[in-house]
Amino acid sequence: MSDTQQNSDLKIVAFCCQYCAYKAADLAGSLRLQYPPEFRIIQVPCTGRIDTVEVLHAFEEGADGVVTLGCMPGDCHFLEGNLRARRRVERVKKLLAEVGLEAERVEMYNLSSAMGDKFVQYATEMTERIRKLGPSPLRHSGKHVAGTPVAGVSQMRESL
Amino acid sequence: MAAHAGSFAKISNCPKGIGINARGWEAVSAMAQNGYSNLEHLIQDRQFVVTGELGPPKGWLRSEIEKKVELVRGVVDAVNITDNQTAIVRMSSIAAGRMLVEAGLEPIIQITCRDRNRLGMQSDLLGAAALGMRNVLCLTGDHQSFGNHPTAKNVCDLDGIQLVEMVSHMRTEGVFQCGEAIDGGGPPFLVGAAANPFGDPFEFRPYRLAKKVAAGARFIQTQLVYDIPRFRKFMEQVVAMGLHEKVAILAGVGPLKSSGMARYMRDKVPGMIVDDYYVNEMEKAVANIPKEEKVARNEAWKKRGIELCIEQIGEIRQIPGVAGVHIMAIEWESALRPIVEGAGLLPRPTLN
Amino acid sequence: MIVAEQKPLAEIKSMLGEAKRVLVVGCGTCVTVCFAGGTKEVAELASTLRMSTQLDSKETVVDEVVVQRQCEWEYIDPLLATLDQYDLVVSLGCGVGVQTLAERFPKIRVVPGLNTKFMGLPTKPGVWEERCQACGNCMLDRTGGVCPISRCSKQLLNGPCGGSQDGKCEISEDVPCAWQLIWERMTSLGREQELLKVQPPKDWTTSRDGGPRRIVREDLQLPEGYRD
Repeated sequence: MSDTQQNSDLKIVAFCCQYCAYKAADLAGSLRLQYPPEFRIIQVPCTGRIDTVEVLHAFEEGADGVVTLGCMPGDCHFLEGNLRARRRVERVKKLLAEVGLEAERVEMYNLSSAMGDKFVQYATEMTERIRKLGPSPLRHSGKHVAGTPVAGVSQMRESL
Repeated sequence: MAAHAGSFAKISNCPKGIGINARGWEAVSAMAQNGYSNLEHLIQDRQFVVTGELGPPKGWLRSEIEKKVELVRGVVDAVNITDNQTAIVRMSSIAAGRMLVEAGLEPIIQITCRDRNRLGMQSDLLGAAALGMRNVLCLTGDHQSFGNHPTAKNVCDLDGIQLVEMVSHMRTEGVFQCGEAIDGGGPPFLVGAAANPFGDPFEFRPYRLAKKVAAGARFIQTQLVYDIPRFRKFMEQVVAMGLHEKVAILAGVGPLKSSGMARYMRDKVPGMIVDDYYVNEMEKAVANIPKEEKVARNEAWKKRGIELCIEQIGEIRQIPGVAGVHIMAIEWESALRPIVEGAGLLPRPTLN
Repeated sequence: MIVAEQKPLAEIKSMLGEAKRVLVVGCGTCVTVCFAGGTKEVAELASTLRMSTQLDSKETVVDEVVVQRQCEWEYIDPLLATLDQYDLVVSLGCGVGVQTLAERFPKIRVVPGLNTKFMGLPTKPGVWEERCQACGNCMLDRTGGVCPISRCSKQLLNGPCGGSQDGKCEISEDVPCAWQLIWERMTSLGREQELLKVQPPKDWTTSRDGGPRRIVREDLQLPEGYRD
């Protein structure tokens, strides 16, 4: 059993869908199961809401790892949201490799709302993985210069 | 079309790689110099014609052609010279054709649409006529992605049928494709086209042949026939449409070299159908010879390949509407004589 | 639509040179709907460029903007005010967009982030196929709505060639034989007899072969100098 009390300053952003993953995390809490503190949950209506850009921005802002947790294939409340999320995560892996980051820093897991224990298992697994990989190279490679949308020019829609 | 051995000896004495030997002109039969092709006369005479094929070298040495010339002399009525076949660069068919003319043989120049536009083609054809060539086989051509220069631009200014029409009009109307008159009148070309009885859509194939005839084709060479029942069905439709009276249809035949070759043609060549019979026969031919005895296996395969080809010719001759055969012995020109002889087609007819 | 595909990140990076301030410009029309250069794709590329240059210890600013259409002056002119701040523009527009930007803003270097591929449509989500070559003389009425110039590998007008088998082109199983499609369509319309007519050689002057093309509509023009 890994040491879930260890608190490094690693940050793993976990996008959890409201219907399955977040409920499973809730259940884990009710069952008093511990998961690593590095694992930071963000609730989304569906993993299909996550596009590649959100994941990339998370890495830009200093995340060491990003995970999406969604419903079991076939059980998505929005029918195919989790299937789309799976494809996008695969795409992000390729993009990370092109950028020069380790593709393993991003992952997707599927679980149902009753699987409190699985939630803990995945959270622990991912945190271990990121601990082994170490902090993201972006955190130590110089000043991060955030991009800005150019003001005063009409756009199709607000940037994400 | 008698061989002029004396003139040929003069050519052989020339240093290799030197350009056209003007004295070779004497070797050209009087008919071809100004008049129509020998092949055309034989077809009009309703003789069962036999044509062969010769691939030019991937280089510039005349000796490669000269070697092959002796294997086909007296065995066939005319010889196809391929034009960058399968999009692999080889000596131009017209240049090689000139060498055949000098040697006293009759070439059929193949032209594809893939590498030249209408200007290039007409220009080449005028040269070909001036150099004694008379038979032109018009093809679309394999896509360049099959060959050794897949990054080349795909010209395709014309398609195969438009090419047939253009060359026919050069002869019958004496004009270029743009309508201008050709100095000295039209060249006396015999225009041919290819037909594939086995391509799809199958129902459309006889109509496509009709289009080629309407465009002016006077002889047709088909893709290799390794499925005689299907070819028979094709010919039934062709005869029903009366096309066999307007155009000489030469069935494509060829000796198989190995069971691997038979399988490859069956499975990997688009537009070709090979009946399992041929694959099985070739496999049977080496069934009792161990794999290590390569020489013995090759000998057995070649023997059976030639036998099967002779068998094919025998069957195909019986099909109504077939005016001859086109034998494609790919890189195996030495097989031509045994095949033609075995099929009882020697000696080839000569005209007065 | 015009269909384009993003260049590999490494190739785009190699075009940056010594630029310290980069603007990625997207386009809201064709490249948005083929998912190559719209708002999302601009954000994605800008993010990966930022991360990648940061890992190279470079402090490169990469900003993002999307215009309605990169191929019209009035939609790109508002960019002029901001261009002083940048050394380089990466355009995620099609080839037309890149050139429109370059022509209108000659003082700044504009590089292409996309490879413009063809005019086509999405036959299913995630799959785009070529349909038009802009030959300048549409003959779709004669081929039942299937174009032999763009869909036949040899641009035959009297097809099919001998390599067509099982409805596929000889070059690849992924390419249907255009003439098989034409034959089937014309037959279903009862018009297959028309395919027996020999189509004459194409006049390629209306195509790119005739030189770069131009259209002028005088009914849409205003007198010279009026409201330039």
